[in-house]
Amino acid sequence: MMKRKVRSETLYFALRNNKLRVGLSVVLFFLVLTFVGPLLTRYAPYDYVNPLGAQPPSAKYWFGTTMFGQDVFTQFVYGLKATFLVGVVGGGLGTLIGVIVGFTAGYRGGMVDEALNMLTNIILVIPTLAILLIIAAYLKVRGIMTESVFIGCTAWPWAARAIRAQTFSLRSRDFVDLARLSGMSPWRIIFTEIAPNMMSYLLLVFILQFGGAILNAATLDFIGLGPTNAVSLGLMMNNAVLWGALLLGIWWWFIPPGLAIMAIVGALYVTNVGLDEVFNPKLREM
Amino acid sequence: MLTLDRVSKVYRVGTFGGRALVAVSDVSFDVRDGEVMSLIGESGSGKSTIGRMILRLIPATSGRIVFNDVDISTLKGSALKEYYRRVQGVFQDPFSSYNPIFKADRTFRILRDEFFPDTPAAEWQDRMESTLRAVGLNPGQVLGKFPHQLSGGQLQRFLIARALLLDVQFLVADEIISMLDASTRVDVLNLLADLKSRGLSILFITHDLSLGYYISERAVILYRGCIMEMGATERIFGTPLHPYTQMLIASAPRLDKKWEEVEIELRGEQLENVAGCVYYNRCPQTMRDAACRTQKPTLVAVESEHWVACRRYARE
Amino acid sequence: MSLQVENLTVYYQTLRGDVQALEKATFAVADGEIMGLAGESGCGKSTLANSLIRLVPPMRLVAGQVRLDGELLPLDDAKRMSEYRFTKISVIPQYAMNALNPTRKIGKIIAELLQSKGVDFATILPELKRRLDLVELSHDVLGMYPIELSGGMKQRAVMVLSVLLNPSLLIADEITSALDVSTQKAVAEMLVGFRDREFVRSLIVITHDISILYQMADSILIMYAGQLAEKASTDVIIRAPRHPYTRLLIASLPKVGVRYAERRLSGIPGRPPLLLDPPAGCRFRDRCSMAFEKCMEVPPFVEIEAGHFVACWKEFGADADA
Repeated sequence: MMKRKVRSETLYFALRNNKLRVGLSVVLFFLVLTFVGPLLTRYAPYDYVNPLGAQPPSAKYWFGTTMFGQDVFTQFVYGLKATFLVGVVGGGLGTLIGVIVGFTAGYRGGMVDEALNMLTNIILVIPTLAILLIIAAYLKVRGIMTESVFIGCTAWPWAARAIRAQTFSLRSRDFVDLARLSGMSPWRIIFTEIAPNMMSYLLLVFILQFGGAILNAATLDFIGLGPTNAVSLGLMMNNAVLWGALLLGIWWWFIPPGLAIMAIVGALYVTNVGLDEVFNPKLREM
Repeated sequence: MLTLDRVSKVYRVGTFGGRALVAVSDVSFDVRDGEVMSLIGESGSGKSTIGRMILRLIPATSGRIVFNDVDISTLKGSALKEYYRRVQGVFQDPFSSYNPIFKADRTFRILRDEFFPDTPAAEWQDRMESTLRAVGLNPGQVLGKFPHQLSGGQLQRFLIARALLLDVQFLVADEIISMLDASTRVDVLNLLADLKSRGLSILFITHDLSLGYYISERAVILYRGCIMEMGATERIFGTPLHPYTQMLIASAPRLDKKWEEVEIELRGEQLENVAGCVYYNRCPQTMRDAACRTQKPTLVAVESEHWVACRRYARE
Repeated sequence: MSLQVENLTVYYQTLRGDVQALEKATFAVADGEIMGLAGESGCGKSTLANSLIRLVPPMRLVAGQVRLDGELLPLDDAKRMSEYRFTKISVIPQYAMNALNPTRKIGKIIAELLQSKGVDFATILPELKRRLDLVELSHDVLGMYPIELSGGMKQRAVMVLSVLLNPSLLIADEITSALDVSTQKAVAEMLVGFRDREFVRSLIVITHDISILYQMADSILIMYAGQLAEKASTDVIIRAPRHPYTRLLIASLPKVGVRYAERRLSGIPGRPPLLLDPPAGCRFRDRCSMAFEKCMEVPPFVEIEAGHFVACWKEFGADADA
């Protein structure tokens, strides 16, 4: 009975929180666009549809066309799909590894913690760009999945750290000791006692990983280390700049994708702050 | 029932574990069947550390802990689980002892899953209810509730019931009533004392002398990890021999006497005297001598059921 | 000086309604008096202390007034109250010793506080040093960081700080509960010393530990569930209490010299009511063995003999007609 009240109290604050509403709305808008967009266009992203080349937005080509006469809007909505995919896979993988490392280090402490800490710090310090360049040299054909996995494998350290810190503080609570006195195995304790207490925290970690992965991917794409056979927002910007869009004033080629990335990642961070306020009563403004 | 034989706990602190922090030093005592033994000490005395070592929550650095003739420091796996059937603990903060997002009786369900998976549901329900009544709780009022819906006193009784469900023989009670309201403390304390009639032995860890005096037959006075005085409660409180015990009894606020003039050394915090007696720096001048600084006193029996670790009594 | 509290009523605003934390508190603390404020969790003692210092949302002043040295205190005007804080009315909050800014040296903390009150640190320094000597803290403490001090030392530093400007009233909220028994005694005696040396005129000492109050307080005020139960001199409260709650409470305290085997003490069955929707009348009546119909009305806090106030119908002889 009380739990329902507690949950609905969280919901009550969640629905009233402006940051949460605004942030989620923006993200949802783009997500819907991802699904609906391709239905609104007849073309494929790399089709040469406009013999006139680069043309500003018009009734026929809503976002205009590229230097090669490709429809920017089509590229945009297909690119969104790639962006969200990277977010989910890259962010999800990063969160997963971070969770495993963080829980283990936080619960075990001692030598295990020291070792995992060292591992975390090493990964944190490795220049990912250099590694990427090497990978790029060996893998001539790279897809979205490869990129996502790479991002996931390099972004987990800070998630691991955050989760480790939380686990540490929860582990010292008496109910964990009592669980040990009940003969529970360590992993059972972690998943049934500690993790449920951290659900909101884990959600926040995932959201940040998601946004971070998108930003990461966009950056990589922009400098040319992204997938070779796909379309993404970052790739659009890469191509645009490569083909002189900045000099020639073909603003409709790179501004929509740029703005979209900014909006999505920004909205995710704002959502994060809003959720933090919802879960932490002390931050609420009453 | 339970014997501690020269148990020590040393923590490694500082960068790369350079320094050693001695939390418990060479402690030996035993708890008999059906008795309440108080472990009395202030913060930093190591009393909680001893409790946790007995519960195998932290490993002892050296020494042996023997329960019913079995050395428990090497137990693991199912043997450790068997140990937990017999030995349980209740801690200080009732609200921290429960996972706040779950209902309180989940602790019983965990017990059932781990220890009694084959018991039929009806029989388990009966057992739960009768145990709850045995600790003075009304099952209808406390089952199905969240921890924040219950009071501190109810939560602590709940935890005692949890221990009873397992048929424990030994209970470690670590400051279990210090966070409760004054009017409920004594009832939980009485409950603890009543459990003796079931054959239970209890290690009652506290900093409050009056509680120790009220409930226990024997007591151990700890200071900075070392036993200062030990024996029958009445003997210790009636004729305290160790300077520390005397200081404790004189400084504790009482309702029947005003504070006497007791010299209390307050200037700064001197480091412990590692080599000799740990109490050396706070011991009044009149009671110590040069040898106290370098020689560690051993526990000496002064009369039956009364030991002191002080050189003044070793000289006979 | 004196503190006169009249009808003070403070509620907490929550989503589910008002928590009636303090109800019509009326009492006085005389010049030079050390009054202990005792009661169990939820009795309203912290609410009372906080309303005298800083009454901010979600707390709400519903009624009542407080006079300090005859002057009416603007309790709900936080800005104007800040002029009184530390100069006229000072507080040592619970866990104050843990609230010292870890990145500031003690001397700097004191200097900053004095500056905010318009007092020059240099002029007060000699007096500060004298007082540090009194509490047996070396002057070096001023140049140390909080983390370098032990719990007892921090507590004493906070105590010195709180009375540096010689306030009329000092409210000490659970200042001995986290300390060892020997430090407790020293801190309690120091507090009394402050009063004797007139660094502070009167004290309100809030605690749940009545035995400490027996050692240091002149009078004790017992509260229950937001209402005042009894106020009298310490001796009377301990030896001859009249309110049923006080009687049961005192009887439930273990004392050195009492053993379970010889005399079994008993507590008070039941627990305090929730204050979101408290019962009408005397809030103790559900747990009181002597309750009768009149208890459905709130008993007034009445002086039944010199300096002894009780809020209980039974004690006024009201049951004589029943």
